[in-house]
This record gives sequence, structure tokens and C-alpha cells, in this order.
Amino acid sequence: MKNKILEKRKLAYGVHEFWIENPIVSKNAKAGQFVIFRLYENGERIPLTISAVNKDSFRVIVKAIGKSTYELCRLNKGDFILDVVGPLGMPSEVKYYGNALVIGGGVGIAAITPIVKELIKEKNNVDVILGGRSKEYIILENEFKNANNLYIVTDDGSLGEKAYPHQFMEKMIQEKNYDIIWAIGPSKMMKACSEVAKKHDIKIWVSLNSIMVDGTGMCGGCRVRIGNKLKYTCVDGPEFDGRLVDWESFEKRLNQYRKEEKIALSKYLQEVGEPTWL
Amino acid sequence: MAVKQRLKTIERNPNERNKDFNEVNLGYTQELAIEEAKRCLQCPNPTCVQGCPVGIDIPGFIKKIAEKDFEGSYKVLKKYNSLPAICGRVCPQEIQCEGSCVLNKVGQPISIGALERFIADWAINNNIEEDIIPEKRINKKIAIIGAGPAGLTTASELSKAGFSVDMYEVFHDVGGVLIYGIPEFRLPKSIVKKEAQLLKKLGVNIFTNIPVGLAIHPKELLEKYDAIFIGVGAGTPKFMDIEGTELNGVYSANEFLTRINLMKAYKFPQSDTPVKIGEKIVVIGGGNTAMDAARSALRLGANVTIVYRRSENEMPARKEEIKHAKEEGVKFQTLTQPVRYIGDENGNLIGIECIKMELGEPDESGRRKPIPIPNSNFIIEASVAIEAIGTNPNKLLLSQFDGLELNKWGYIKADEFGRTSIEKVFAGGDIVTGSATVILAMGAGKKAASVIKQALY
Ligand SMILES: Cc1cc2nc3c(=O)[nH]c(=O)nc-3n(C[C@H](O)[C@H](O)[C@H](O)COP(=O)(O)OP(=O)(O)OC[C@H]3O[C@@H](n4cnc5c(N)ncnc54)[C@H](O)[C@@H]3O)c2cc1C
Ligand SMILES: Cc1cc2nc3c(=O)[nH]c(=O)nc-3n(C[C@H](O)[C@H](O)[C@H](O)COP(=O)(O)OP(=O)(O)OC[C@H]3O[C@@H](n4cnc5c(N)ncnc54)[C@H](O)[C@@H]3O)c2cc1C
Ligand code: SF4
Ligand code: SF4
Ligand code: FES
Ligand SMILES: [Mg+2]
Repeated sequence: MKNKILEKRKLAYGVHEFWIENPIVSKNAKAGQFVIFRLYENGERIPLTISAVNKDSFRVIVKAIGKSTYELCRLNKGDFILDVVGPLGMPSEVKYYGNALVIGGGVGIAAITPIVKELIKEKNNVDVILGGRSKEYIILENEFKNANNLYIVTDDGSLGEKAYPHQFMEKMIQEKNYDIIWAIGPSKMMKACSEVAKKHDIKIWVSLNSIMVDGTGMCGGCRVRIGNKLKYTCVDGPEFDGRLVDWESFEKRLNQYRKEEKIALSKYLQEVGEPTWL
Repeated sequence: MAVKQRLKTIERNPNERNKDFNEVNLGYTQELAIEEAKRCLQCPNPTCVQGCPVGIDIPGFIKKIAEKDFEGSYKVLKKYNSLPAICGRVCPQEIQCEGSCVLNKVGQPISIGALERFIADWAINNNIEEDIIPEKRINKKIAIIGAGPAGLTTASELSKAGFSVDMYEVFHDVGGVLIYGIPEFRLPKSIVKKEAQLLKKLGVNIFTNIPVGLAIHPKELLEKYDAIFIGVGAGTPKFMDIEGTELNGVYSANEFLTRINLMKAYKFPQSDTPVKIGEKIVVIGGGNTAMDAARSALRLGANVTIVYRRSENEMPARKEEIKHAKEEGVKFQTLTQPVRYIGDENGNLIGIECIKMELGEPDESGRRKPIPIPNSNFIIEASVAIEAIGTNPNKLLLSQFDGLELNKWGYIKADEFGRTSIEKVFAGGDIVTGSATVILAMGAGKKAASVIKQALY
């Protein structure tokens, strides 16, 4: 049977790693692509980045922030995901650039793992910055051992330097010439990093987490303005040049359903009680 | 000769039906169907048949209704049309079969669509199934990409002919626009489900959740299959791209309808997918999609206005749909063109600036061209705007298909029989013609199946 959860591991509070059996995804996935899950018959479609593959299975790392991700994190080894569609989206533009700087913030760290791996394969010099709120949220640290340099920053200084990723990035750019940058994490972080990159005139790839429905270019709900053109994140992206993204409208669109999301989560918690599994 | 009036189908009261998603038109009872069937003149040269894109033997199936031989009638229908329950409901009959009925000259045409639906529903309710044993098994493999009407028809034709058929669909369910676009109150999903079950019985392997192009590369398909049929639909929605298109509350009709139909947002929070309703919804456009979006919005409790830049006469939607929308309480604001969306500080839509239009000389399409009237701008309050202004070809598969020739609009170049620039590859439906109709997509599937059969038998 397809879509069986082969492994589940808790990485931090509310952050879980899943290995899902699905050979079609695992054999075709490239760095930068994502899948869409639907958990049960009346469930919604939620996009998640493919963060690693291994033979017949692939990995996603999920941060519980609302009804559907709470519910996903409640599933265990041996359970099944009703629907898994993928791979979706355009792969990352991985090639030889020279010096690459790759920044991952929070669960964004999961998304940069395959990109860093591929960049190293293409013989780039890769420096990595991992950022998080605190020590606990620096995940997957040991998967970046092959990078030239690995730096860690936390908002509270509980691990590595006390700084925001874009501040540390600015410092590094002043010390070294980078030919390409990737920044994947919360939109605030990607926006700040893009501003720094723009100032220094370096191309920066960001991965946008627009609200999606189908993920096939059919609804237009994931649209973003990139350098004055409307683009559909699911088929034209999810990676775009961060210097061209209209961050203001992008961030507002992420809050479209705040009211409904609150209702859905509180209804769910009423049904299941304390989310002790997170 | 005095001709009797056509018999009306049973329609639910507008003020009752506009509050739920149950079917609006309840069709004919047996008595009504038989009486209507008796009106048919059984023309020796039936003009109605020429109006049907799949050439159904219309007098043939109607005659059997008049004789009360419903099963016989069903058999006639099924010979020509594998999805009669669907076509009977959604075909634009007034410009096809019924539009070509001779009775138009002296009175009202036969209700061919309603009769077709009656027979198809009767067969479903009485569990009548056609013979599904193919004459012979053929050791050739066919891949069908996309499970809309075009793909479903091709799959059914080819598996009946004995081929081994694999059908790939990116959504979790089959049906294409039939399940995510056309609303439940016009076409119950249970009917589409029945058709899908039938395909499974025929032995078609249905693979859902597969984005062909990304999950399976075209090269792999070409190696694995003896023929490939592409029926991926028109897909991608267009936006006017006026100022404020990014605002929250601005939807494409595809998104709005998909959230409601496929994802059941009308049941939120019993289902997880939300949709914005608000008090005032404006739908922009004048086609069937606009009517479907407007009538769906109405059922969610909103006050709904359709804004269209020409006059009602030029609206491409079926007359019946316009009538239904009006009866149910949708307002029409014609000769009006949105020029800008207005939002609040949180990026939520609060209004639409529009300009009044007048009609000038006819354009290439033969319709009178709308021209803005200077300084006639005004603002319509709205928290949701739904654009239903057409679609572009979906790139998901095409962007991955090297060597497949496209036409100047980006749709697949194919001849009358669906043959494309690549030998084993056939295509049909909206991805060839651009947005069209269910029956044309089915017709294209049927034609492609016939040449595939010829080539591979
Ligand atoms: C390409 C892509 C890759 C992603 N990868 C990951 C990942 O690897 N790990 C991870 O934890 N999260 C990832 N996300 C975000 C994840 O999809 C959302 O967190 C999830 O959908 C939230 O659902 P919910 O019901 O739990 O939360 P809700 O309470 O419904 O929403 C919380 C917030 O999540 C966002 N969101 C809600 N619904 C959707 C939706 N249908 N599609 C996208 N975003 C939505 C909104 O900004 C919303 O405010 C990714 C999103 C995209 C678009
Ligand atoms: C709201 C609305 C109302 C309409 N009302 C009517 C009506 O009343 N009467 C009428 O005759 N017509 C109507 N139409 C038009 C009609 O629905 C279409 O012409 C018809 O569905 C086209 O059929 P198709 O098979 O070509 O494509 P579609 O129905 O679009 O199906 C294509 C399928 O391919 C799938 N697909 C796409 N890309 C891939 C891929 N890469 N891999 C796998 N699968 C893929 C899609 O998910 C979809 O399921 C309406 C359309 C809309 C949008
Ligand atoms: S398939 Fe459509 S056009 Fe043909 S007879 Fe039936 S309703 Fe009329
Ligand atoms: S043209 Fe009209 S009257 Fe004549 S056979 Fe067809 S449906 Fe009957
Ligand atoms: S999610 Fe629907 S077009 Fe991208
Ligand atoms: Mg949610």
C-alpha cells in the first residue's frame, strides 16, 4: 500500500520528521520540489517540501501550526496518508556558480538540505547559515557536515551567535564574495535576506510558501507578483529571485484565512483535547 | 399543423433551491418523458442528429421512449455517447441538437437533453449496465493523461476495444471540470462517480495523484506505451491583472469553484478548506463559469452581482443559466468594466472601481465592441471578487513535453483526429481547442480512440 509512514521522529516541540513510502515521489523528486498531502476525505490540501529521498520513500519535516499540521503530526509510524501528490513545482536551479551561501531558518532548514547536497555535488563552495528562535529549533545540524563552513545563529543566543540570519549574512557578504544565495525560512527572514542581497547586488533564491489549493496551476490562488508580473508559485516556482518578489502583498495573502484557521484549530482541539503529541 | 408545446421538466422553486447545493432541475417523470417523446416527428432525415457533435441516433432513442422500451432506448444512446447522464444535463442543447430540430420552424423543439437525461438516470436507478466484455484482448498499452470528459471517453472506448488502458490524473478524483468546476446543483458528483466505477469495471487502471510531466516524464511514457492520449484541459485561469489583483478576496472562478465543489468549503468547518464569503460578492464575466460562480456564491448566503462589460445579449452563457441565475436572485450589472480593486490596510478587498461602457462597432468575433465612457467611473462595494474571464493552457505537462508542437495560443496542435506532431501521441478536448464543451471534449476523445484503434489493431 502506498503512502505508509515508515518512520516518524520528533525533532523539536511541534516539529516532526516523517518518512513516507511513495516510490513515484522518491524516484522523481529533485531539490526544491514539494508534495501536497490530503489526510482524510474532508481534509484540505497542504503543501510540504520534499527534504530528502531514500529508495522508495521520501522525507518531509512538518511544523505544527494549525489544524491540518496538528493532525498530521498526530499520525504515527504505520499510519497512511490518504493522498500524496508529487513531485510538484520547478526544481531548484542547481549548477556550478562558485561561492554559494545557503541560509535556512526554522523548518526552512529542512528545505535547504537537498539544495546544499546538490550544490556540493556541482562543486560549489557552500557556506551554510542555520537560524532559529532558540537552540531547540536548530534541526538537522549534522546533515551539513560536507559544507565548507557551517554557522549557527539564534534569536536568543542559546546556540551559536545571537543574531538574525540576515544580520549574519550581511557580515559574511562583507568578508567574502558570493556568486549565489539561497534563503528559505519564514517570510520575514526571506524578505530581510532579499533586501541585503539586493543591496549587494547578488542573486538570491527564496522558496515561497503561498497558500495553495491544487498545486497544478489550475486555480491561481498561489499567485505572487514577481517584478511586476503575476506568477503562480506552484508551477512557476516555488523558488523565485527574492529581489523581485512583492513581499508586502505576498505576506498579506498568507493571512487571508486567519479567522477561519482559528475556528478550525479550536474546533479540532475541542474534539481531541490537549495536543500532548506535539 | 398544430404542434403541441414542449413539456417542461420539473424545476425546484428558486427561493428554496438557492439555499442548498442539491440539483435544481429534477428532470422528467416517466409520464412526462413518454408524452414528450411522442411529440417527436421521427423525421426520415433528422436534422437534430447533425446538431449533435457525437451524432447520436436521436429519433432512434426517442422512439423507444415513446414505446416505453427504456432499456432499448438506453442501448441506442450508449452506442454513441458513453456519458449520457452528464450530457443530458450540461450540453448547450439550444445551439446543438435542439437548435437543429425541425420543430423550431413551427413551434418548440423536442427536449432532447431532458429525454437523454431521463433515460440515463433510469438506467442508473435500475442498475442497467451495458455489455462490457470486449470482443477481444489486444496486447497493446495505452496511456491516458487527464481524467476529464476527453480522457474518460478515450479510456472507455479503448478498453471496450480490448486495449490495456492506464489513466493518470493529478487530482485525487477523476472527472476534471465535471467535479471541480461544474457545481453539484447542476451536475451531482454521484453521477460522475458512477461513470468512474464503470471505467474500473471495464478494466481501466486509474492512477490518481499523479502529475504527469513531473512524476512521470513524457519520455518514459513514450517508451512504455503504444499510444498516449493527452486530455489535460485548458486549466490555467486568466486574470485581468488590474491594480489590486493580489488583494485577499480576489479569486479566479476556478479557485472559488474548486474550493466549494471539490474541497467542499461550503461545509467548513466540517471540511477543512475555507473560502471567503462576505456580504457582497461580485462576479466578473458573462459565461457559464461566471453563472456557476455567482449561483454558488448565492448559496453561501452572499448578495451577488455579475459585472459584464457588454450587454446581456452578448453574454456567452447559456440562456437557461442566465435565467436560473436571475430567478435565484443574482443581480446583473452590464456594460460595466472593473478597472481597479481597492483594499484596506490588511490587504483585504473592500471595493471595485468600475467604468461604464457603451457598445461600438462589431469586432472580429462579430460581437459589438465595448468602449469605455470617459469619466463614468464609480465604485462597487465588495469583499469578494471572482474573475471568470477565461483560461490559458495548463503548462504542467506541456512544459515538460519536448517536441510537442503547440499553436499560437499555446494549445496542442492536433488534427481533426487528435494526431499531434509526435507519432504515438494524440490529444483532444480543451487542451487542443481552448475552453469548449463537455460533448466536444468527448467527441474528440472518441475520434482519437478510433484512429488509435485503426493504427494498433
Ligand atoms: C511550497 C510549500 C512548501 C512548504 N513546505 C513546508 C514544509 O516543508 N514544512 C512545513 O511545516 N510547512 C511547509 N509549508 C507550509 C504548510 O503548507 C502550511 O504550514 C500548512 O498548509 C498549514 O496548514 P494548517 O491547517 O496546519 O494551518 P492553518 O492554521 O490552516 O494555517 C496556518 C498558516 O499556514 C499557511 N497555510 C494555510 N493553508 C495553506 C495551504 N493550503 N497552503 C499553503 N499554506 C497554507 C497560511 O499562511 C496560514 O496562515 C509549505 C508551503 C508551501 C506553499
Ligand atoms: C465552471 C465551468 C462550467 C462549465 N459548464 C459547462 C456546461 O454547462 N456545459 C458544457 O458542455 N461545458 C461546460 N464547461 C466546459 C467543460 O467543462 C470543458 O470543456 C470540459 O470539461 C473539457 O474537458 P477536458 O477533458 O478537455 O478537460 P478537463 O475537464 O479540464 O479535464 C482535464 C483533466 O486533466 C487533469 N490534468 C491536467 N494536467 C495533468 C497532468 N499533467 N497530469 C495528470 N492529469 C492532469 C486535470 O486535473 C483534469 O482532471 C464548463 C467549464 C467550467 C470551468
Ligand atoms: S449529446 Fe448533447 S448535443 Fe448530443 S443529443 Fe445529447 S444533449 Fe444533444
Ligand atoms: S429533428 Fe426533431 S422532430 Fe425530427 S427527429 Fe429530430 S428531434 Fe424528432
Ligand atoms: S495552487 Fe492553484 S494555481 Fe497554484
Ligand atoms: Mg488549515
